[in-house]
Amino acid sequence: MTLLIEPDYGTPAGKSQDIVEIEIDGVSVSIPSDTSIMRASALAGISIPKLCATDSLNAFGSCRLCVVEIDGRNGTPSSCTTPVSDGMKISTKSERLDRIRQGVMELYMSDHPEKCAAGDECEMHGMAKTVGLKEVRYEGQSHLDLPKDETNPYFTFDSTECIVCNRCVRACDEVQGTFALTIENRGFESRVSSSGTSFIESECVSCGACVQACPTGALTEKTLYTIGTPTRSVITTCAYCGVGCSFKAEMRGDELVRMVPYKQGGANEGHSCVKGRFAWGYATHADRITTPMIREKVTDPWKAVSWEHAIEYSSTKLKAIQSQYGIDSIGGITSSRCTNEEVFVVQKMIRAAFGNNNVDTCARVCHSPTGYGLSQTFGTSAGTQDFESVEHSDVVLLIGANPTAAHPVFASRLKQALRKGTKLIVVDPRQIELVRTPHIEATYHLQLLPGTNVAIINAMAHVIAEEGLIDREFVNARCDLDSFARWEEFISLPENSPEALEALTRVPAEDVRKAARLYATVPNAAIYYGLGVTEHSQGSTMVMGIANLAMATGNIGRKGVGVNPLRGQNNVQGSCDMGSFPHELPGYRHISNPKTREIFEIQWKTVLNAKPGMRIPNMFDSAISNEFKGIYIQGEDIAQSDPNISHVHAALRSMELVIVQDLFLNETSKFAHVFLPGTSFLEKDGTFTNAERRINRVRPVMASKTGKSEWEVTCDLATAMGYEMGYENSSQIMDEIAATTPTFSGVSFAKLDELGSIQWPCNAEHPEGTPVMHVDHFVRGEGRFMVTPYVPTDEKATRKFPLLLTTGRILSQYNVGAQTRRTANVVWHSEDILDIHESDAELRGIEDGSWVKLSSRVGETIMKARITDQVPAGVVYTTFHFPESGANVITTDFSDWATNCPEYKVTAVDIAPSIKGPQGIREHVSLGDVELESIIRMANQIAANVPTNTAPEHAVAHHIEQFWTPYMQERLMKEVDRAALSPIVIKALELDLNHVPS
Amino acid sequence: MSIRIYVPKDAAVRSIGADYVALAIEAESAKRGISIDIVRNGTRGALWLEPMVEVETREGRVAYGPVTVSDVDSLFDASFHMGGQHKLSLGLTEDIPWLARQDRVTFARVGVIDPLSLADYQEHGGLVGLRRALTLEQEEIVTEVTQSGLRGRGGAGFPAGIKWRTVMATQSDQKFICCNADEGDSGTFADRMLMEGDPFTLLEGMTIAGLAVGASEGVVYIRSEYPAAYATLNQAIEFARAFGWLGDNVLGSGRAFDIRTRLGGGSYVCGEETAMLESIEGKRGVVRSKPPLPAIFGLFGKPTVINNVLTLATVPAILADGADAYMARGVGRSVGTQVFQLGGNIARGGIVETAFGVTLEELVNDYGSGTLSGLPVRAVQVGGPLGAYLPVSSLNVSMDYESLLAAGGMLGHGGVVVFDESVDMAQQAKFAMEFCAVESCGKCTPCRLGSTRGAETILKIMNGEDVQDNKKLLLDLCEVMTDGSLCAMGGLTPLPVRSAMLHFSEDFDRRARA
Repeated sequence: MTLLIEPDYGTPAGKSQDIVEIEIDGVSVSIPSDTSIMRASALAGISIPKLCATDSLNAFGSCRLCVVEIDGRNGTPSSCTTPVSDGMKISTKSERLDRIRQGVMELYMSDHPEKCAAGDECEMHGMAKTVGLKEVRYEGQSHLDLPKDETNPYFTFDSTECIVCNRCVRACDEVQGTFALTIENRGFESRVSSSGTSFIESECVSCGACVQACPTGALTEKTLYTIGTPTRSVITTCAYCGVGCSFKAEMRGDELVRMVPYKQGGANEGHSCVKGRFAWGYATHADRITTPMIREKVTDPWKAVSWEHAIEYSSTKLKAIQSQYGIDSIGGITSSRCTNEEVFVVQKMIRAAFGNNNVDTCARVCHSPTGYGLSQTFGTSAGTQDFESVEHSDVVLLIGANPTAAHPVFASRLKQALRKGTKLIVVDPRQIELVRTPHIEATYHLQLLPGTNVAIINAMAHVIAEEGLIDREFVNARCDLDSFARWEEFISLPENSPEALEALTRVPAEDVRKAARLYATVPNAAIYYGLGVTEHSQGSTMVMGIANLAMATGNIGRKGVGVNPLRGQNNVQGSCDMGSFPHELPGYRHISNPKTREIFEIQWKTVLNAKPGMRIPNMFDSAISNEFKGIYIQGEDIAQSDPNISHVHAALRSMELVIVQDLFLNETSKFAHVFLPGTSFLEKDGTFTNAERRINRVRPVMASKTGKSEWEVTCDLATAMGYEMGYENSSQIMDEIAATTPTFSGVSFAKLDELGSIQWPCNAEHPEGTPVMHVDHFVRGEGRFMVTPYVPTDEKATRKFPLLLTTGRILSQYNVGAQTRRTANVVWHSEDILDIHESDAELRGIEDGSWVKLSSRVGETIMKARITDQVPAGVVYTTFHFPESGANVITTDFSDWATNCPEYKVTAVDIAPSIKGPQGIREHVSLGDVELESIIRMANQIAANVPTNTAPEHAVAHHIEQFWTPYMQERLMKEVDRAALSPIVIKALELDLNHVPS
Repeated sequence: MSIRIYVPKDAAVRSIGADYVALAIEAESAKRGISIDIVRNGTRGALWLEPMVEVETREGRVAYGPVTVSDVDSLFDASFHMGGQHKLSLGLTEDIPWLARQDRVTFARVGVIDPLSLADYQEHGGLVGLRRALTLEQEEIVTEVTQSGLRGRGGAGFPAGIKWRTVMATQSDQKFICCNADEGDSGTFADRMLMEGDPFTLLEGMTIAGLAVGASEGVVYIRSEYPAAYATLNQAIEFARAFGWLGDNVLGSGRAFDIRTRLGGGSYVCGEETAMLESIEGKRGVVRSKPPLPAIFGLFGKPTVINNVLTLATVPAILADGADAYMARGVGRSVGTQVFQLGGNIARGGIVETAFGVTLEELVNDYGSGTLSGLPVRAVQVGGPLGAYLPVSSLNVSMDYESLLAAGGMLGHGGVVVFDESVDMAQQAKFAMEFCAVESCGKCTPCRLGSTRGAETILKIMNGEDVQDNKKLLLDLCEVMTDGSLCAMGGLTPLPVRSAMLHFSEDFDRRARA
């Protein structure tokens, strides 16, 4: 493929229904009446010279090259700013226009370098030729001696090439919404400025929109100078967050020069953030491991071996473990960073070659409650909208998400909607950026105490029910009325009123009432949420509470509404879709269903185990109890990212074989015996599915550095284990997914290449995919209301641990930082920092920037403190990007009652000044039968939370049967002291677990 | 009863000692035990007579001027407070020929009344127009203004009624009336004098505009160099609110209209209407592209009437006396009166309000009495720094929009600046480019770069460098700026340059010949 130059029509597309007829240079054109003359001409194949116009930005009219003549009108208006009107006759060429254009270019070139460092990247010399400029007669002052600003690690600002067209300033405003750039001074002295300081010191978030918008070499990626001009492009998908931006990987030979956001990308429509745009250098970092390695003991040095040897070694060990400890003693974890195809083969290997269902995914620790909660209520485990939908919302209710840091490209879209009048309600313990940022202010910020989500959502629903704001027409037509009646009765209880809950949530009741009214009374209200919803002991309850709220107000099934989880990882949606959960086959179908199993058994020519396998925390508990002995970990650093790290470390130490498949040696590989080198997204061939259910192609831009695709390695291991597995290419894997999974039945690489991307379900009913779900009916038929009692978490602030810690992500780093820490992004954030309110800091004698010791009941760590009012008194916050700071040493193994998603967002801690700094952090070791303790806690938690009014013991029994392994069920029944169990669990145990009506 | 003595408080008059004169009169009257009451009025506009002190007598107001502090003693000696004769006596103010010849409509009350006295205002016909407007439908007000033929006095001369009609017809939850009081043209001062001398007239005009188009909020964008006008206007707004005029219930009508002021950003281009909107919105004063027109997408994106101070201040008279009375004045499509401002090298400068159609000759030589230096007039720049330089041969031009355009000039905001024969017109052309270079907002290329290149090129011409080539280059540049600029700033800068080159070509060839 050659270098892809995307057409630029100069101004955004018109949206009017009113079509007018015009004539441009004698060519007739029919076009929406709100189209510019420039765009109309470009669409008619008539190119008008332009420099300040580009179709991602509103018309500006500053360069004056695009002037035209219009019959019957005086003067020479700019075609970018002049809309067409019916019957208009336009000339784009005349001697007079030539004179103006040449005159303008002559002025430009009188203050422009004779030779541009960026070569053809700068349009100026080419444009001078295009308009026929022959000489520059002016001599005088210039800006050619201004210094370059090279402070940004990724791009250069060279003011000498700048033509002050404002495209960068407008991109920062209209696309990104950050306002880091401006024009300083006026007249001849007008210069683009990062607001009076250097780029690195400015508000710039390095999204790259300005670099992309710049028509000259003024803003240029540094790689363009170090590597050279790109010669070919490959369209692919970013591998960071769940937004799933499409990029053009622009290559020079086999070297990646730059990633340029693709205008036709459905998720990003030409925008990007600092990670996707620039932070891809890790792919070729010197730390990359490209050869398989093995070692007998974790204390031995690694030994590089051949692929054959590594596979042979692994399969022999795995088989030996199974013959010694039983078939269930091994399992695996799939990665949300890998492609659908890679994930699919791992779960297939576990189910078919390992012969058990001990497969789980890192979604366990992020959005598993979304899967559970939305399945229960709507019948499907995914967000309901596409991203574009937010532009049609009147109100956005944003809960537990910080999009400007974690989903920056969606945040930019949201910001533009907010600036156009969409109102925002933020529910978050922290004052996230969107609460108040230039040109944006949330109408309400419900600053609740961490752990009180369900109380808030119930209080909002209570107001809606009490004040007659329920959309009964919608409920009657679309929902299960029995469930609704139960829910309405429950939610109307006085204990769910904002006034009753005010003391717990710390949110003034009147604010809750106003926010609820606002959400319920606009035509289109949408909910967007993040891990602040799911990573709680009541994560699943909260997701159901959100679904209830949307159904009760009729905010489902069209543009501008919906329930939208902002997915954390590039393919977390896909990895869940691909059957990564121990109880579910691809497409969210329970493993116990014989009809589903049959589809796979026929396709895979094997017999599948009908019982759910172990979840990740179960695997850890079981390892510590010496039952679980071998694990295959695909691209996840559980030893840094999972909660209660000491516990994870103990579990890993107990295993006889830990296989890590990754790009780099990491915290987990310290406990590994086999290291299978993985491939970066630049080497992968497959698909990622983003938060909109959009399946995007990931295309290899360079050869695999390991010599193999990851799915090949998985297949080799499965084959060596005795189960023949193999594909010619990843397209065949997708074909197998389509053949076995109804929601994917219409998907193929060929169709993806044709349509660009597809939002599942894609099948006979929706041959081109489904941007908005639940349009006429819910996937499960009728929407089901779930009763959502608020049960406070056991993780409470105490005298010993009086503060509540909550964790999150920042813009420049990504999760455990394995990738971003290996890029220049560390200039923005090189360590994790503890955010603390002034009053809490003062009380403890903590100064801004000083070392503090952070301790919880499970561990302690040391990091630097930052005093800020972004957190309220009583709450502290940190990120978990750096292994040194070990934020997860502190977090506990408490988890969501339904899915075991860890309660990362609430940990009771204390903080004290630390004189020593980051030395001597103690590791806490778990004692006793941790597996049995977990079983007791989980069972009691299910009993406390399971949403039902009648016969809760049935619901508890059913839940346990659905999600627990037979071994755990057995331990619960046989080994647990009944005195430790709640009465409902005891009643449940009296039922025959295997024959509970669901 | 105490004697009422008027000493102007106008900033121009204060700049030549009016405050000291007032103090001296006060002190002297106290010393002599004469009970007086000093009223600080606006200026009558005859700047060559300022400070002009008036005394109210049974026969009418008697004027003395120009008065300095050292004259005060002798004025009392001459019993000026009783209208006594003095070497500075000017007789009855209304009989001073320079004033008597004028036809004051917009400026009818300026200099006459106590600027901040609502009682005085109403005694002199104030609020009659508004009270009538309150009895009319929106449509009727707009029609009245349209029929009066009133055109925008800011310079563009666009019919005010048509603009109002567009705003009236555009549906919106919010509309604005913006008064452009960023009077930045060199040689103009009428807006300031009106705001200092009769601020209520402006507020009344804006209120009528608000009623007409359905706007409830007005903003006066007033240049930061006018602190006195700003203070006076703010005070007037306070009084109008207290009076029950501005606010939720305009004169008890149940309709709402309020006005706030906004101090300018200190840039000439902020007087360009769209840059003014940006500035009011708190942004850099940068010109917007049109369309969309401000009448449809104006302040904060809402339909907005933008009119100059003089336009809005003329509206009360039109409503009070009817469209016909106004349009009976003037010539052709330039109806009504224009407030000319005579300045530069002129013997008798100041405000001359008269019907359109007076000749430039009459303004410069009759009203102005020629140059202050006494040297012959060589050039007159009409319409501010972007207006054309007219030669003496053009002095017979009729001062109306169309005639000036035909003569290669423009009326602009009505500024008339006179130069005597010592002027170097190449230098003046260069100044036009330099002014543009300093004041350009920097948005469009022709203005941003062209102005600097223009000044550089004229300097080369003045220095005799490749004069013919550079003159050609300058004319090419003028075409690019005229046809290519985004707004009138860059588009009109070539007007003084070209007119200087056309009428005074000898000044551009001096060095070449030498």
